[in-house]
Amino acid sequence: MNSLTACERLDIIRHKNRPTVRDYIPMLFDDFFEMHGDRLYGDDGAIIGGVGYFKGKPVTVIATVKGRNLEENKASNFGMPHPEGYRKALRLAKQAEKFHRPVICLVDTAGAFCGIEAEERGQGEAIAKNLMEFSSLKTPVITIILGEGGSGGALALAVCDELAMLENALYSVISPRGCASILWKDASREREACEVLKITAEDLSRLGICDGIIEEAPGGAHNDPELTAEYISEYISGAIKRKCEKGLDELLNERYTKFRKVGEFSEN
Amino acid sequence: MLEDLFSVVKMRFNGDKKENSNEGGKPSIPKGLMFKCPRCSNVVFMEEFEKTGKVCPNCNYHARLSSRERLDITVDKGSFVEYDPLMTSKNPIDFEGYPEKQADLRAKTGLKDAVITGEATIRGEKVVIGIMDSRYMMASMGSVVGEKITRAFEQAEKKKLPVIMFTCSGGARMQEGTVSLMQMAKTCAAAKRYSDSGGLYITVMTDPTTGGVTASFASVGDIIIAEPKVLIGFAGRRVIEGTIKQRLPDDFQSAEFLLQHGFIDMIVERSKIRRTIAHLIKLHKG
Repeated sequence: MNSLTACERLDIIRHKNRPTVRDYIPMLFDDFFEMHGDRLYGDDGAIIGGVGYFKGKPVTVIATVKGRNLEENKASNFGMPHPEGYRKALRLAKQAEKFHRPVICLVDTAGAFCGIEAEERGQGEAIAKNLMEFSSLKTPVITIILGEGGSGGALALAVCDELAMLENALYSVISPRGCASILWKDASREREACEVLKITAEDLSRLGICDGIIEEAPGGAHNDPELTAEYISEYISGAIKRKCEKGLDELLNERYTKFRKVGEFSEN
Repeated sequence: MLEDLFSVVKMRFNGDKKENSNEGGKPSIPKGLMFKCPRCSNVVFMEEFEKTGKVCPNCNYHARLSSRERLDITVDKGSFVEYDPLMTSKNPIDFEGYPEKQADLRAKTGLKDAVITGEATIRGEKVVIGIMDSRYMMASMGSVVGEKITRAFEQAEKKKLPVIMFTCSGGARMQEGTVSLMQMAKTCAAAKRYSDSGGLYITVMTDPTTGGVTASFASVGDIIIAEPKVLIGFAGRRVIEGTIKQRLPDDFQSAEFLLQHGFIDMIVERSKIRRTIAHLIKLHKG
């Protein structure tokens, strides 16, 4: 495992050949069947969801999608979901619960989209509802941050039993750019902010937020997507095994505690 | 993001005028004796303004209240017993200047962090109540807010009491990094357990309720009330304007906008909130 700074990792996850969810899904799952729509408003191209086989067992896959080129990015809104995306995710998660399938969430997003329509359709409510419902979803949920884990927009798919991060992935409450513009009124100082925020997989393991770090191909996932996919696959395999062994009450209690215990305060 | 919120509220109520800033809910001009409304410029005696719960008698502008002021006009006199009054935040990501900023705010406001929680009665109805205070780091949610809100739900579940949350917030607290993001999940998980136990949860959204608080426990109430004209939204106005490259209409992200789009149940004037809550609790007693 390498020891890079947060902003060196930022460069790696922004590499133009960084594999996206569209690259990983065929490498990780067989016979993936995509499903569309939130049944309320529309279908959000920023979130892909469906069912496929993982090592012979059906799982529900929910993922934020970044495009590999401009055309794909237009269709997926650069990986920034609208409320209907989060509502689609919840619909598919509930479906997984009904059919007793584990849920695998793959996250790579700068965050929930900020726009007029997103506000009109209740971006805040959509995220809040997911946090609430995923916290008691009666089936194992495994989330892997592949690249960017952008704030509430990432968290909406990350209330889970195990949170893993690729070794170069970052998971933050605010974009380094946004942080820099608040702290120093200068968005261009994002590289400094990147270090300040403690957002690498190692930082977050120390803070009790990240449960597992998944190795990437040497130099970054773009150097060997297949190898990186193998590492991811190995991790998912172990995580599913660990979680499926547990009784439902134990699973849900542990999920509650996983988030319940995060926070640093004193009482006197 | 915090600056953004201040500027939105200033813009909304002040037009372009720089004077009469209303930050922290304390009108600054004229000092003490009179209150000049930042929205309609009407001048009234401070005493009269305070008697109406800091609502402008001319244009119905609802000024921000401190958590203590809110408590005083909401719960029965002497009924409040505070939970976790001494809880203070540590510095989980060693954010430079964060402890100093907090010490400074504690001295200035007398608060320990951005929310007070506890038990009280409202017109005789026993409740667990939480009130956020925008004077403390724009009521952003870090470890203390997350923990106190979570404990409030857990206590209410144990004691089978309704939960009333007066929300206002600039969002998650950047200075606590991803730890503050986790508070969104933590409070929602607690709200879910409480809800599954059959408890009644009423949110009262006050000015401004935004970001990570809108995207967590504030939006999952069984009943959501808002004060007139308050700002409620997920993304900051400037962020959206930056994305779409045009100015947003004034009523964008107002309580009225949310009512129209189906995200809150009702808009209630400050003077009627107490009786509305008591009424709703009675209705849910079966």
